[in-house]
Amino acid sequence: MDKTVNQKAWFLVLPVFLVVAFSAVLPLMTVVNYSMQDTFGNNQFFWNGVGWFKELLDPSTDLGGRFLASLGRNLFFSFVILAIEVPLGIVIALSMPRQGWQVAACLVILALPLLIPWNVVGTIWQIFGRPDIGLLGYVLNGIGLNYNYVSNDLDAWVTVIVMDVWHWTSLVALLCYAGLKSIPEAYYQAAQIDGASRWAVFKAIQLPKMNRVLLIAVLLRFMDSFMIYTEPFVVTGGGPGNSTTFISIELVKIALGQFDLGKAAALSLVYNLIILIVCWIFYTVMTNAGAERRPAEGGA
Amino acid sequence: MHSIPGRRIIISLFLIFLLLPIYWLVNMSFKTNSEIVSTMTLWPHTPTLQHYRRIFSDESWYSGYINSLEYVVLNTIISISVALPAAYAFSRYRFLGDKHLFFWLLSNRMAPAAVYALPFFNLYSAIGLFDTPWAVALAHCIFNVPLAVWILEGFVSGVPREIDETAFLDGYSFPRFFMKILIPLIASGIGVAAFFCFMFSWVELLLARTLTSVQAKPIAAIMTRTVSAAGMDWGLLAAAGVLTIIPGALVIWFVRNYIARGFALGRV
Repeated sequence: MDKTVNQKAWFLVLPVFLVVAFSAVLPLMTVVNYSMQDTFGNNQFFWNGVGWFKELLDPSTDLGGRFLASLGRNLFFSFVILAIEVPLGIVIALSMPRQGWQVAACLVILALPLLIPWNVVGTIWQIFGRPDIGLLGYVLNGIGLNYNYVSNDLDAWVTVIVMDVWHWTSLVALLCYAGLKSIPEAYYQAAQIDGASRWAVFKAIQLPKMNRVLLIAVLLRFMDSFMIYTEPFVVTGGGPGNSTTFISIELVKIALGQFDLGKAAALSLVYNLIILIVCWIFYTVMTNAGAERRPAEGGA
Repeated sequence: MHSIPGRRIIISLFLIFLLLPIYWLVNMSFKTNSEIVSTMTLWPHTPTLQHYRRIFSDESWYSGYINSLEYVVLNTIISISVALPAAYAFSRYRFLGDKHLFFWLLSNRMAPAAVYALPFFNLYSAIGLFDTPWAVALAHCIFNVPLAVWILEGFVSGVPREIDETAFLDGYSFPRFFMKILIPLIASGIGVAAFFCFMFSWVELLLARTLTSVQAKPIAAIMTRTVSAAGMDWGLLAAAGVLTIIPGALVIWFVRNYIARGFALGRV
C-alpha cells in the first residue's frame, strides 16, 4: 500500500471530525468538569479536586467499594462471555451449510437476534425465564430444578450469560463465516492431496485465515460486554441485591438515580480510561498483525 | 468450504436455541392475558389479535414506531454522508495525524453510552434539540460514524487506484469523480455500512430514552413505560416486542446475500 502524502485530505476528514467531536469532545469536557466538583443540588457546585478519584480507587469507601465490586463482576462477565462465545461461534461457522437456500436461511436466522432492540432482548428473556409464564423457567422447574432468576444469585447470572450467548454468538459466527468464505478452494485441495487430517486443516488453514476477524470479534465482544447495560437491567435490574450490577448499571444509578454528578463523572472517566487502554492494545495488535501479513498477500 | 462432523445437528440445535425464545414471544402475543397467566400452553388455544389491535389504534403506541424509524433513518443518512469522504481519505492518502485520528474515531465506537447519557442530556437541552429526532440521530453518530468509516475504508481500498488516476486524467473534477465513479463502484459497501448503522441505531435504547421525553419517544421506551404503569399486561408487551423485531427482520431479508461480505468488513 503506497499511500501518497497529501495534507489536503484533512478537508475530506473534516466533516467526520466535526460530527464526532461535537458528540464526543464536548460531552467529555462536561464530564471532566463535573468530576472535580461536588454538588448539593440547586445547581450549586463546589470544587473537590481529585477527591472523587481518590475515593473511587479506595475500596474502603462506599463509592470505591461499589466501583471495584462492579468492575470485578464486569471483568468476570466479559471473560465468561468470551470463553463461551468465541469457540461456539467458530463451531457454528464451521457447521454452516455449504450452499443452496439453507445458507441464506441460516444467515437470516443467525442475524435475527442482532437486530432486536436491546431492551426487547431483555424482555424476551425476562418472559422466557419466568417460572410461571416462561417456557424455560417452567421446564426447568418441572424437571425438579428450583430455578428463579429473581431471587437466586446463581440463576440470575446464568440467565444473563445465556441471554448474552443467545444475543451475540451470532456476531462471532457471522464474522468467522465471512473469514472462512475468503479461503480459496485450492487450499483445501492441496490439503487433501497431502492427506491432512480434519484437525490439521483447521489449525493450518482455517484458523490462521480467521485470525483477523477473530480479533475484531474479540474486540467488539469485549467492549460491548464491558459496557452492557440494557439487557441485564431489564431482566434482573442489577439484582438480586447487587449480584448482577455491572459498571454501566452502577454508573446510571449514581448519575441519574442519585444525581451525584461528581461521583458519576469521576467513575465515567476511569471507566473510559480502562476501555481506551484495552482498545489501544487491541488496535496495536490488530494493525501489527495486518502489517505483517499484508506484503505476503499482495496488499489484500 | 470444509465442515466438521455432525454439523447438521450442531447448526440445527443452535438455530432452535435462537428461535425458541422468539417463538415464545410471538406465541404469547397471540394469547389472551387470562390464558397467559392461568395455563401453560405451547401454542395459543384461543388465538386473539386484541393486543395488536390496541397498538395500532392507539396513537401513543404507533407514533413510537414512527419516531424510532425517523431518528434511525436520519442517523444512517448523516453517518454515511460524512463517512464517505473520510473513508476515501483514509484509504488513499497519508496525512498529519491520520493514524491517531483513526484510533480516536474507533475509541469512540467503544465508549460506553452510559458515560455520555448525562452530558448529552445537558448538551442537547442547551442547544434546544432535546426531545427531537435530531438529538438522538446526532448522539448515535458517536458510535455509527466511526463504524461507517471503518467499513467504507475497507471497500474503498478494494477499488484499484488506477481508476482514480484514469478518471482525473480524463478531466473529472473530484466531486464528479466521487459521485459518478466511486459511489457506484462501492454501492454494495454503502449498503453494508447503512445496514450496520441502521442496526446499531435501532437497537440502542439508553441514549434514545435519555434524550427524548414526549415528542420523539422511541417505541422501545414507550413499551417499558406503558407496561409498568398499567401493571403487567404481558400480552401487550409481547405484541409490542414482536412488532419491534419486524423492521430488523425485513432489513436482514433484503441484505441476506451481502451479510457474509458485510461481516468481513470489506477486507478479510
